[in-house]
This record gives sequence, C-alpha cells and structure tokens, in this order.
Amino acid sequence: MPELLDIADRVLSWGEDGEEVEVVIAYERETEVRAYAGELEALTVAESQGIGIRVVRDFRQGFAHAGSLDEPVLFETLREARDNVAFATPDEWCFLADPDGVEPARLELCSENLISYPTKSKVSAALELERLASTADSRIVGVESAEYVDSLAETAVVTSTGIRSSTRQSNCYLAAHVLAGAGEETQTGFGYSVARSPDGLDVDRAATDAAERATRLLGAVKPGSSRLTVVLDPWVSAQFLGIVGSTLNGESVLKGRSLFADRVGEIVGTPCLTIMDDPTNPAAFTATTSDGEGLATRQNILLEEGRLLGFLHNSYTGRRSGQSSTGSAVRGYMSTPGVGAQALSFLPGLRSQAELIAEIDDGVLIQGVSGLHSGVNPVSGDFSTGAEGIRIRKGSLAEPVREFTIASTIQKMLFDLLEVGNDLEWLPMNASGLSLVVGDVTISGA
Amino acid sequence: MMREDSYSEQLLEPEVISGVLEVALKTGGEFAEIFVEDRRSMSALFDDGRVEELIGGRSLGAGIRVVRGDTSGFAHTADLSSSGLNLAAESASAVVRDGAGGNRAVDLDRRQFVRPGAVSVLPSDIPKSTKVALLEEADQVARTEHRAIHQVTARYADSRRRIQVANSDGLLTGDDQIRTLFMVSCVAEGDSGMQTGRESIGHTVGFELFDGVEVGDLARRAARRAVAKLDAVPAPSGEMPVVVGPGGGGVLFHEACGHGLEADLVAKSASRFAGRQGEVVAAPIVTLIDDGTMAGEWGFYAVDDEGHPGSRNVLIEDGVLTDYMWDRLRAKKEGRESSGNGRRQSYQHLPMVRMTNTYLEGREADPDEIIADTAHGVYVAQLGGGQVNTATGDFVFGMTEAYLIENGRVTVPIREGNLIGNGPQALLDIDVIASDFMMGSPGTCGKDGQGVPVGDGTPTLRVKSLTIGGTAT
Repeated sequence: MPELLDIADRVLSWGEDGEEVEVVIAYERETEVRAYAGELEALTVAESQGIGIRVVRDFRQGFAHAGSLDEPVLFETLREARDNVAFATPDEWCFLADPDGVEPARLELCSENLISYPTKSKVSAALELERLASTADSRIVGVESAEYVDSLAETAVVTSTGIRSSTRQSNCYLAAHVLAGAGEETQTGFGYSVARSPDGLDVDRAATDAAERATRLLGAVKPGSSRLTVVLDPWVSAQFLGIVGSTLNGESVLKGRSLFADRVGEIVGTPCLTIMDDPTNPAAFTATTSDGEGLATRQNILLEEGRLLGFLHNSYTGRRSGQSSTGSAVRGYMSTPGVGAQALSFLPGLRSQAELIAEIDDGVLIQGVSGLHSGVNPVSGDFSTGAEGIRIRKGSLAEPVREFTIASTIQKMLFDLLEVGNDLEWLPMNASGLSLVVGDVTISGA
Repeated sequence: MMREDSYSEQLLEPEVISGVLEVALKTGGEFAEIFVEDRRSMSALFDDGRVEELIGGRSLGAGIRVVRGDTSGFAHTADLSSSGLNLAAESASAVVRDGAGGNRAVDLDRRQFVRPGAVSVLPSDIPKSTKVALLEEADQVARTEHRAIHQVTARYADSRRRIQVANSDGLLTGDDQIRTLFMVSCVAEGDSGMQTGRESIGHTVGFELFDGVEVGDLARRAARRAVAKLDAVPAPSGEMPVVVGPGGGGVLFHEACGHGLEADLVAKSASRFAGRQGEVVAAPIVTLIDDGTMAGEWGFYAVDDEGHPGSRNVLIEDGVLTDYMWDRLRAKKEGRESSGNGRRQSYQHLPMVRMTNTYLEGREADPDEIIADTAHGVYVAQLGGGQVNTATGDFVFGMTEAYLIENGRVTVPIREGNLIGNGPQALLDIDVIASDFMMGSPGTCGKDGQGVPVGDGTPTLRVKSLTIGGTAT
C-alpha cells in the first residue's frame, strides 16, 4: 500500500503563496467473488487509488481529481484545480476546514484477518453460500446471484491549514438473491451477512434469510387500496431513515431545500422518534474516525423524543450557519466535501417485530420497497414507493401481497410513527434498521 | 478538424497488447480481453446564486478479463506500463488455472475501424468562462420566471471517453465518445410547501449541443414545472388509465420490459420474458427497439465496451418478442453473435448486458384525441426514474409532472409519486399509441452497482390500467 500521507505532503509542498490546498487520497483493495450454478462465475481482485485536490484562493475554490498517484499526474491535477479557481464566484464563507481540536475516536476498524484471508477461502465462501441458498427450501428454483465481497480502504486528508488525518477500514459481506417458484409464479428474496472480518460472516443466515424472504411471498396477490398501519422491516426502515437523514443536511437547510429549516427546537414527530448519526460506533458498517475534511467524526443526536435538535454540518455549512462542523463532511476523492449522515440509527424500542405485529388489527408488513429515487422527494416531502410484503390481520401474518405502493409524506410519517422495535440491525449501508410501525399510510393496489 | 481517424490514436501499442494477452492466456484460459479507457471530464456547478465550483477529472486504466468455460477472472490497473499490465493479466488469469496451461500466441489481425460519433466542436476547445456563462444565464432566467422560485441549481458537464478493446480472437478496435450535458433544477415555495422542477438535455455530441438549444428555455421549463406543482393536489390511489406524454415516457419501457429482455437475466430465469421468443408479449401496436446506432443520443456509441459495433435491435415487433439483448458471454453460450450491448461503467468493471437507446415506435393516433378519449385517469408529462424486479415483472416509475384527466381533459396537477405495474400485463394493456415520437432526457441506468448512460423515447400512449401510488383516498 502506498504511503498516502507522504504523497499528500508532497502535493502540499507545491502550494503557492495566497492559496490554501486540501488533498484527499483514497486507496482501495477489493475482491469480488460471484458463484452461479455450483461454479465460480467471476473473480475480481483489484486495487485502485485516486486523488482529489481542492485549491482555495480569495474565497473561491477550484477542484480536480485523477485516478492515479503518479507524480506527473499529481502535478497536472493540482494545476487543473488551481486553474478552476478563477471561475468560481467569491463566497465570503469559502475556505478550508481548520483543525477544531476534537480528538478522533480510537477505533480499530481494520481486520488483520481479512488482509491475510486467502482468495481460495473467499471463493469457497461464495460457493458455500450458493449451495446453501439453493437447497434451503424445496421451492427455491434458482440462485440469481451469490457473492462474497470484501474491501480494504484507506483515505488520507491533508490540508495547508494543518489538518492531517488518515483512516483505514475493512469490510466484507455475503449476499444472495434467490428465486422461489410455484407453478408459473416466481418471487425473489435476498439475504446477507456483513462483518469486518470473514470469521464474522454467517453464511447460514444469509442463505436461509434469502430463502425465507422469497418463499413467504409465494402466492402473493395485489391488495385493495386502503389506508393502513404498516410495519417497516429493518431493510426498509433503514432506507426510510436515510431519507429522513437527508432532510437534516445542513447544506439543504442553507440552500432552502430542507423541510425542517427554521424548526430547530420544535416537535416534528412522535415521542418514539430519537435519531442519531454516530460514525464512532464500531458496530456500524460505515463507521469511520475522520470525515471527508479530515475532522473527527462524532455522535450527533438529531432528533430526541420527537424534537428536532439540529442539523449535520461540514465546516462550510457550519460556519455559514453560525455553528460549527459536526464532523459530517462526506465525499469520495472525485468531489468536494458535501454534507451527509454516515451511520444513522433510531433509538431502539422495547418490543420485537412479532410483538409489534400482534398489536395490529389491519395492516401490512413491508418486506421490500422500490423506486425510492423516483417516488420520494425530500424537498416536497412526497413519499411514494413500490412495495411487497405480508398482510397483517388481527395480530397475525396473513396472505403475501405485491404490486402495490405505500404513500404518505415524510412530515406526516414522522407524526404517524407509532412504535419503534428492539430489533436493531447493522446493515451494509449508512443507516441501521429496525422494525418501525407507521400509521395511516395509503396503500394503492387494485 | 478532429478524430478523423481515432484508430490511429492508440492508447496502447498493438505489440504491447498482444504481449499482455499472451500472458493472460498462459494458465489455460480460452479467451482474454483488454479494455483500455482514458476518460477526461469537466463539470461546473451553479447553486444558491453563485458559481460554486468547477471540477476537472482524469482517469486512465485497463481492465483485463480471462474466460474459461463459465468462469471469468478480472483485474484492473491504472499502471499501463508492461509490468503493470502483466501483473493485472496474471491476477486475472489466476482463477482459470487449467493443468495444461500453455503458450498461445495472439495475433491482432482483426483490426476494426468504426467511425466514432460526429462531433464538430470539442468541449475542451471551449473556454471555461463560456460554459460558466451558460449557467449564469440559466439561473437568471429561472429566477425571473416566477417570484415563487427561491432556489436554482444548474450544472454543465462534458466528458471524453476514449476506449481501446482487444481480445485473443484477434480483435483490435476503439471508440472516442464525447458527451455534453446541461441540467437546471428549481425549488418553488408556496402556501402548500416547497416543490421542485427539473429539465435537462444531453447528447453524445460536443459543444455544438448549444447551437440548437437555449439554456433559457430549459430554465423556464424547470421553473414552470416547480411552480405548477405548488397547486398540486394529492395524487389518486389505485388503478386507472394512464396517458404518458412523448419523450421521457420511454422510462416506462426501460423498466416494464427493457431489463427483462437482457440475456443475462433471461439466462438465469430471472425474467418474465424468458423462453418467450416468438410469442405475443405486448399489444399488436407495440414495436420496441434498442438502438445503439442513434447518432447523438445519450446511449449511442460506435462500438460497445467489448468491441462489438453498436447495433439497432428490434426487441418486440408488432407485439411479438423477436430478440433479447446480448453481450459476448451470453451470445456465445447460445451460439450466436453479440448484439452490441456489452457495456461497462469503466475499466474497473466487468461488462454485462445493458441497454442503449430504448424506444417505442410511433403509430398513427392523435395525442390530443387520446386524452379526449380518456374519461378519467392520469396524464404523466414528465417521468422520473424507475425500478423493476425482472423475476416478478413488477416495475415502478416516478411522475415528476403529472395531472388528473377528468372527462377527457387534463385538469389539475398532482403531487409526485410512483406508479406501479407488472411488465407483461402493462405491455398488453397499451391500447393506443400516437404519432408524436420524441426522445427523452439523458438518463443513467443502474444495474449491479454499475451506471451507464442511456436514452429512451416514446410517442404519447395510453396504458389501460396502472396503479397510481398517491395518497388521495
């Protein structure tokens, strides 16, 4: 692995008077194994790296990126970033982050076990997953994909204002997508297992979850249209949580694109609504000790018992709002820092999904949603997604249902949040999930 | 003036390529391929009343694939020296180890020159200040269009992607793909809250894109869309007739059957259209085409990312399923030729079957008469993206500008949401198609974590029944 901090220092040494320079360098080593029909379908083993350089001069910024760390490329990228500065409009708030004295959490997010895990074993894991998934139930007619994926990533952020940070993470996961069949009908389901090191992976769980999700939808019918209480499965509530997180983005607030602008201190949801973003929690798949500007990540409680406490900020949005960075700058090496949640979670409740369901007279357990990017508008608050799941009747799971939508508005859903389950699950995304009960949701079917 | 013969502008020398392919075949692979990509891009973002940033990007690397039977090994590298490439070749070939191994010579004797798309003004020849001026104009027009507009975002982007593809069958070819894009998005605020409106244009051409397009028009349309939705009522909930407007309505087909006609999903029995070649799968007025040769459209290319020339493929003709879309791997398994649909997001990715420009052919009906003939339903003027489960056929697409149809007339705007349907049923439920064919806005199709640029198009059409995912009960 190249010494990223040294390379960044080198680029900084080419800085000129009157300009501030920020360098972000990312390195990743990834292995992807796909199994199909009892054989290895594809194996990819590769390294990649990239650099992003931001130059700020006279309250303007310019940016450039490249996919190589060769010296001539570094020099050219700095030159391009510098050239781009002149075209930006001067912005009195535009300057690089300064060190803010917050110490990064001491977390071990990189597994030596993963680094030394032989490729042969990764291939075996994918093949084993495929075998277990295809035999998990007699109604499984195929395994569309069975994958083992791991990644070792290192990022360095160094600035001429004195920031110097580097982070390292390792992750791996198993994922299976299966097809269940009954006569002419096909249903799909997925299962996964995620860990920081391969010995933490649970291949049985990934296989049986996939089979269960697919088979329990067999015989699914289109429901009638109505208004019901829904229980969002952890995967679904995590996606919903991600959308709520995006409305609490300091940049959206500043630019007049947030539903919750000017509402800090107000009640915006029910008392069971407590949401935090905490990338310092090592259980989170996306845990990290430094944000995209090299500042320490920290725990940010955004909503507490229904009251809005504040927004997420990077150094620009924090400064411009009269606050400070919450360590929430997010970016890849190909972009300037934005603002975003990194590891969201609801505060769990007290009861299991089964107990939540037992309370519901007429509802639907939503197992999967689709079209979040096309039917959800975080500016207007409109929320409408395709869905599939299982009807709840008199406290029990009844017939499976498909080809319907669930709709409401984000604002309304937060006030219709009836209960939060205790089944917190850390998923391979920037939000955790748990079962969530939301009332008065419009089901559109037949 | 430029790229008369991009073939002569090789990214790698043929001798280097054949050497790398020979290394890749040493462990006994049946097929080896190298894909080299040099991508340069530039974008400028205007937001919140100011030019926020200009970004320049560069990426150069090669992906090497080795195949034996049904197994592929893949590795990529940004190090294009002989040693860097050989290392990647060895890594890619490690998985296809066959006892015999061997030394097979690779002779690149099938050199294929395919003329890249015509470009008359290279974006890299245009001063950055000219590009920035377009953004300032868009912002100004959008803000003055209506006092309810309180935020405007505009983005300009161009890219040049030069590729070189060679394989152990002796193929050596390349392409030079230039794309230029402009987008305006507005936020309007009113008593009912905030609404958004968006308009974009993008083509596989150079800066000449702006000869025929006024960014002010785009800005005006985006602003009007946002303002119109301030008066939007909750969308209806349930099944009803849907009239889809021309242009971007092609997203409906992209989701309803496009993905389901990709040969990899068909091969895995993960498509409702598997095993149905030659059968009636749509109404007899439906002819659906995927065409990578449509010059200038967003999904156009001269050669795909496996070196096969882009092709025009008729997928459904007069309601009958005629063909799927193929890449090299899937075509070979069926003993046929690729249809030129092997695409990848970048040199860091394996190719797979992807769409290009997917469109429904126009028919004879008058678009106004279609609406007049619809007693009640929804008219979708602009679609957002969509998603599909190809195994079940259930698909969704978003409505970013839509209205109620009441007694044969387009009346009030309705709020955003998804529509849901089932592909095979929806295709059979198309009961009238108009003559006003148009291509829609540039889109990015996501599949298995890879995004590629695609185009889509349609004339006005009506689907007898789709489910509207609104909240009005």
